[in-house]
Amino acid sequence: MLLVELQGVTKTFRDVVAVDAVDLNLRGGEVHCLLGENGAGKSTLMNVLAGVYVPDRGSVLLGGRPVRLTCPRDAIDLGIGMVRQHSNLVPTFTVLENLMLGAEGGIRLRTSTAERMFADLSARLGVQIDHDVEAGRLALGQQQQVEIIKALWREPKVLILDEPTSMLSPQGIRDLERVLVELKRQGLAIVFITHKLHEAIDVADRVSVMRRGRVVDTIGPERLRSATRQEIQTEIVALMFPQDAASVAQLPELSEALSPSGQAPPPTGPSLLEIDRVVVPGERGEVGIWRPLSLTVHAGEVVGVAGVDGSGQGPLAEAIAGQRPITAGDVRLSGRSLVHLDVRARQRLGLRYVTDDREGEGLVGPLPISLNLLLKRIGTAPCWRYGFVRQDHVEANARQLLSTFGIDVDIRASAETLSGGTMQKTLLARELSFNPSVVVFNKPTHGLDVKTTVAVRAHIRELVQNGAAALVVSTDLEELLQLCDRIAVLAGGSLAGVVANRPGAGREVGMLMVGGARSA
Amino acid sequence: MGRAALPVAMAVAAGAVLLLALGRDPVAFGGAILRNGLTTAVGLEQTIIRMAPLLLMGTGFIVAFQAGLWNIGGDGQFLMAAALVGGLGPPLVASLPVWAAWVVLCGIGCLAGAAWTLVPAFLKAWYGMNEIITSLMMAMIGINLANVLIKGPFLSEKTTVPQTDVVAWVDRLPYLPGTRIHVGIVVAVVVLLLVHLMQTRTAYGLRLRVLGVNRRAALHAGLPVKRDIMTAFALSGGLIGLAAAVEVLGVWGYVRADWNPAFGITLFALVFLAELNVLATIPLVFFFAVVSIGGHAAALQTRLPSDFLLLLIGLVLLFMVLTRWLRSRRRASGTGLALPPSGEAS
Repeated sequence: MLLVELQGVTKTFRDVVAVDAVDLNLRGGEVHCLLGENGAGKSTLMNVLAGVYVPDRGSVLLGGRPVRLTCPRDAIDLGIGMVRQHSNLVPTFTVLENLMLGAEGGIRLRTSTAERMFADLSARLGVQIDHDVEAGRLALGQQQQVEIIKALWREPKVLILDEPTSMLSPQGIRDLERVLVELKRQGLAIVFITHKLHEAIDVADRVSVMRRGRVVDTIGPERLRSATRQEIQTEIVALMFPQDAASVAQLPELSEALSPSGQAPPPTGPSLLEIDRVVVPGERGEVGIWRPLSLTVHAGEVVGVAGVDGSGQGPLAEAIAGQRPITAGDVRLSGRSLVHLDVRARQRLGLRYVTDDREGEGLVGPLPISLNLLLKRIGTAPCWRYGFVRQDHVEANARQLLSTFGIDVDIRASAETLSGGTMQKTLLARELSFNPSVVVFNKPTHGLDVKTTVAVRAHIRELVQNGAAALVVSTDLEELLQLCDRIAVLAGGSLAGVVANRPGAGREVGMLMVGGARSA
Repeated sequence: MGRAALPVAMAVAAGAVLLLALGRDPVAFGGAILRNGLTTAVGLEQTIIRMAPLLLMGTGFIVAFQAGLWNIGGDGQFLMAAALVGGLGPPLVASLPVWAAWVVLCGIGCLAGAAWTLVPAFLKAWYGMNEIITSLMMAMIGINLANVLIKGPFLSEKTTVPQTDVVAWVDRLPYLPGTRIHVGIVVAVVVLLLVHLMQTRTAYGLRLRVLGVNRRAALHAGLPVKRDIMTAFALSGGLIGLAAAVEVLGVWGYVRADWNPAFGITLFALVFLAELNVLATIPLVFFFAVVSIGGHAAALQTRLPSDFLLLLIGLVLLFMVLTRWLRSRRRASGTGLALPPSGEAS
């Protein structure tokens, strides 16, 4: 039953054609996957349906009738709900207040009704969040869960999910799949935007592959049911990457979920980073590390930190970097205690931190790349002398780093104009230069296109091959399984266990993530 | 700076309409402004004299604002410095060679202004307290404490009007040769250029800029944020105190009780019109000084209250906000959105 028809939709931003004359049909009772690389136009297309963007050309039909969507309110009123990649919750409102925001109900806020609705939806989604908590204090993954509830609040006929599994544990993903089945039964048309092929094959009744703003092809339910998984995978890879199909097939996003890297464990050297019974306070209600945590990272080793977002990874990373004080324990770099050293001092000793918040913390938007590359060395020689800047040295340094890391941008370009991938490469260029010995990475490939993702992971491998050590925090289990020798799992602010990367590791990590204790 | 031209032009137009409504001739008024503020030697001299404290105080504001620190209590810092300079001026001039007295008094002015930022700076740096509120509270205290000092320990017994003793005309700041403009303007310009140099070429200036753009990035980069907040505030207060010293030692020689030129309020508009660039404040302060000096005389001549000038400044601020909002709307509508698009595409 055709609920939504998009006909010839085109959307251009200045001179970039984000969506190019796209036709798409959405049917009730069906999960329709929009699959494509980052930048293919999937979110933009759905934002047209959600009333955020007004298309330059084309039309949207609901139930056969053309509709004009000029603002998100129009879409919501017509029964179109969207859960975005980035949370739109008001941070100072509680969860319940965020959910009641914009909903009809007259002047008196009917809290009791809302509480009941929230309890009901939470139970169905397997969500465990206190409705009185301020939204700003929730971890990103929890915020996303609230966003899903919020989208379902108005009982929509169409539900759009934009990369919904990026913050969920394997269990959470299974719960989401259950919910989707239930919603399909109720006749909703569900759009599932993702860049992970295996996910698309798992949940979709219909898959539309997007590339460069166009829908390349749509694979219908008959074909999905009749062909083997391998055949479909090959077909889709060819649609997504007509040129690079061979090299790209190795990527964990495309191959079977949760399979181990199968590499032999590399020889490890002396311990470079010792985290010794560390306790890290969480700020403003966030989860820190409450149980003393110990972990050692050796030279030549990549250790992963897995866990549902909001299990204490961020505070732990910041504590190691020196941005956050610890209330117990010690952090040692090559035997030397870092506890009384500030960020700068730790940097000079070789400890580096690549933050997950590229735009908000890692880079200063209005400043040019050349200065961003020196952000952690302001005032030091040779780029500064007697406190005065030496522009020629600044530029020489920038040019050298950009060429070493393959960044093709003018050194005077300001950081805010860069793409996500270029920003990440800039952060890497900054942190991996000047002889790092231990580098902490926080979600290093989050939101990046395939090419940059491959490059970033190559840099991490190269780093440890040269004798340094890497600690990779990530919510992307496939990535950790591909990169890491060992994976530490955080759950609810404590270390649930450390798993060596061998067959079965994925399942073990998944269990630990949701609180199953590790068997001895 | 061309972007400041539009709101200024709109304010001038609105002012002209207002004058017509009040039954005055806007062209004659405008001519009187230019004559009294610009085209006569006396007028131009007065204009330049008026510029000195404004340039210094504006620079002081910009140093703080660029670092994201809203030092709104500038008028309190100004008056505290003025009271101390006015009160300690006569005894110091009497006991030291006059050039030494000037140096010491300017130092006192700077220290007083800087000292008055200590409380808001400390509370902001260590406790993250909103410095707008704390600096405004300190300003209220400062303005009134200045009066207490003038009416108390610094009160002159030589006049009936409550004021400090007067530094004799011969002991005030010297004039530029061939004019009646005191050297304060030279001090102002030199200091302004030094601050510009600091902001654009030094590591310290870069640190303040990072702090102003993104405090989280400053912490992430390991910059000494607390220390920089204290020093930036102190520098800001010091420049504002210097403005007071220059004004008192150059123009008046004394400080009257309840005197408050309230430069801060008018400077906020100018400083934002200059987009927090100290070099751009020079033409804007010049424009304001011409209108201020010329307008004061023009208002007297046309029997309008001189508050009319403040009305004009208020209009400039209003139009500035309007044109900025319209410009950002026009930029956003190009994307078909009420808000600019966020980072990544998908």
